[in-house]
Amino acid sequence: MLPIKLEPRGESARTVAYFTPLLAVILTMIGGFVLFALMGQDPLEALYVFFISPLTSYYGFSELLLKATPLGLIAVGLSIGFRANVWNIGAEGQLTLGAIFGGGMALAFYEMDGFWILPVMLIAGVLGGMVWAAIPAFLKTRFNTNEILTSLMLTYVATLLLSFLVHGPWRDPDGFNFPESRLFWDSALLPALLEGTRLHVGSLLVPLVVAVAWVFLNRSFVGFQIKVMGLTPAAAGYAGFNQKRLTWLALMIGGGLAGLAGVLEVAGPIGQLNPTISPGYGFTAIIVAFLGRLHPVGIFFAALLMALSYLGGEAMQIQMGLPLAVTGVFQGMILFFLLASDVLIRYRLRFTMNSAKAGQESV
Amino acid sequence: MLDTTLAILLTVVAAATPLVFAALGELITEKSGVLNLGVEGMMLMGAIAAFAVGISTGSSMLAILGGAAAGMAMAALFALMVLGLLSNQVATGLALTIFGVGLSALVGKGFVGTPLPALDKLDIPGLTDLPFVGPLLFGQDFLVYLSFVMLVVVAWFLGKSRAGLILRAVGESHDAAHAIGYSVMKVRLLAILFGGAMSGLGGAYLSLAYTPMWVENMTAGRGWIALALVVFGTWRPLRAFAGAYLFGGVTILQLHAQGFGFNVPAQFWSMLPYLATIVVLVMISRDQTLVRLNAPACLGKVFVKTK
Repeated sequence: MLPIKLEPRGESARTVAYFTPLLAVILTMIGGFVLFALMGQDPLEALYVFFISPLTSYYGFSELLLKATPLGLIAVGLSIGFRANVWNIGAEGQLTLGAIFGGGMALAFYEMDGFWILPVMLIAGVLGGMVWAAIPAFLKTRFNTNEILTSLMLTYVATLLLSFLVHGPWRDPDGFNFPESRLFWDSALLPALLEGTRLHVGSLLVPLVVAVAWVFLNRSFVGFQIKVMGLTPAAAGYAGFNQKRLTWLALMIGGGLAGLAGVLEVAGPIGQLNPTISPGYGFTAIIVAFLGRLHPVGIFFAALLMALSYLGGEAMQIQMGLPLAVTGVFQGMILFFLLASDVLIRYRLRFTMNSAKAGQESV
Repeated sequence: MLDTTLAILLTVVAAATPLVFAALGELITEKSGVLNLGVEGMMLMGAIAAFAVGISTGSSMLAILGGAAAGMAMAALFALMVLGLLSNQVATGLALTIFGVGLSALVGKGFVGTPLPALDKLDIPGLTDLPFVGPLLFGQDFLVYLSFVMLVVVAWFLGKSRAGLILRAVGESHDAAHAIGYSVMKVRLLAILFGGAMSGLGGAYLSLAYTPMWVENMTAGRGWIALALVVFGTWRPLRAFAGAYLFGGVTILQLHAQGFGFNVPAQFWSMLPYLATIVVLVMISRDQTLVRLNAPACLGKVFVKTK
């Protein structure tokens, strides 16, 4: 047997809960060191390229904030669901529907000017995400169907729907048959936040959403109900909380924010509809939510870190010729290490090198 | 007409086989009380490992073993997390899938676009040449036959063997099983590893036989469909197997429907398996007694040993 034993703590250690994400990042760096060494690269140089080099320029910094925007928005929405034990893992599909609804507005009002066009697009995007999340919500509350599988299946359906639209009815008539929509008219594009970068004003929504989510979770009765439902569903039942309503609410918030992220992507850095509008933001946001401890402020910082994993992957591709998939490996590793270190929240390690006696004396 | 029917049936078998492996494996894992959502990731690792071994050794048997081993290695990682470190099974399964998607793409980068001869098909002179039934019954590859063998083995194991009874006991009530003296950890570890190996085989079938090449993310959600099949089959091997063939049928509809002159864009045909998954999940889960009678009572629950 291993000379280490897990010993339950009386109650969960909150300080440890804030410390384990940091531990996970450190372990991921060590894991990355080993991985790059195995791939025959200079590990130190690789780690520098991945973690540091994207942040050494003004443009790189703006890209970090740009990529953190969808991650933060989606993760805040998902975290509210996860707290209520609602496992919406189809945010990628809800993002896609947000892009379709919002982008559809941009195409419908093509060549028109007006300050109202962008707000209409954003609202449409939120609604699109909500519509897509309403399907698992309805099936869950009406038929008790597992929302993990339905929301995920709908992601594939959403991607195919987008593919159909840009290959068919919404294809740019002057686009040489490329599967892309027209480039949006200026009135449907988000203004830049920093001159000479792709960072747009939509990113300002992230701190706003984080603040609102914090107030919602900590200062509202519904937020309290959501926490209770996640921690002890039975207690929520005895207290008479309407679980179906909370499930709906959690999925609507998650879907709406994912839809918002989708429309911000197409009205911001992309500027049109094409078949690949997201490099898996909806899935990465799941990691962001966990890494941020399902806490809005934690998610804010976790989103920046995971945005860095995208930039790091791109930097490795350009500077070292490594495949972009490095990003996914890092993201998977960080979630693994986080879940593994989380054992320390509820248990403490006890080294039982000497004998079993040591454990008994302390009891 | 007979030729078309034969072609359709052959493609149904091909589309169903990876689902059969993954669903039967996950069924055993879930019967022990463990929910592993990492099937997609394990299948992808199985697919790339089998392909890589097949390319470098030229042996299809080694390739198949490589696929199973890779799936099992991923499952071992999952077991370490959920059994050793008591992590949340849902989150860990998701992590396994995200990790598997990334790692398989990274490992597979050098194999994109490399051709590999498809798995050999059985050829018994006389029998295989029979019209219609010949190619269908006596002209499949090794993995297709293995999937049928696994169905019998899994059904026998769960229904008739003593070890299967212990596995189900652990899944129904880990505390009671532990009190009688069975090792919950050992049973679950073996069940998880078996599930991983089967997912690996499912992946291997994709990259060795279904489309003998490596493409990033080539499972395209089949791991998730396999998870749904376990629910669809109400945790019974034969029903899950039948479900896999039903889905095989839905998947290949898109290949043949356009030949019959239905003028619907390809994307809508491709949506069918995913939509069908949702429909069958709704059909099964709306009947709560059916689910409650058949689902392992301890599914997804963390077991903590008490003295």
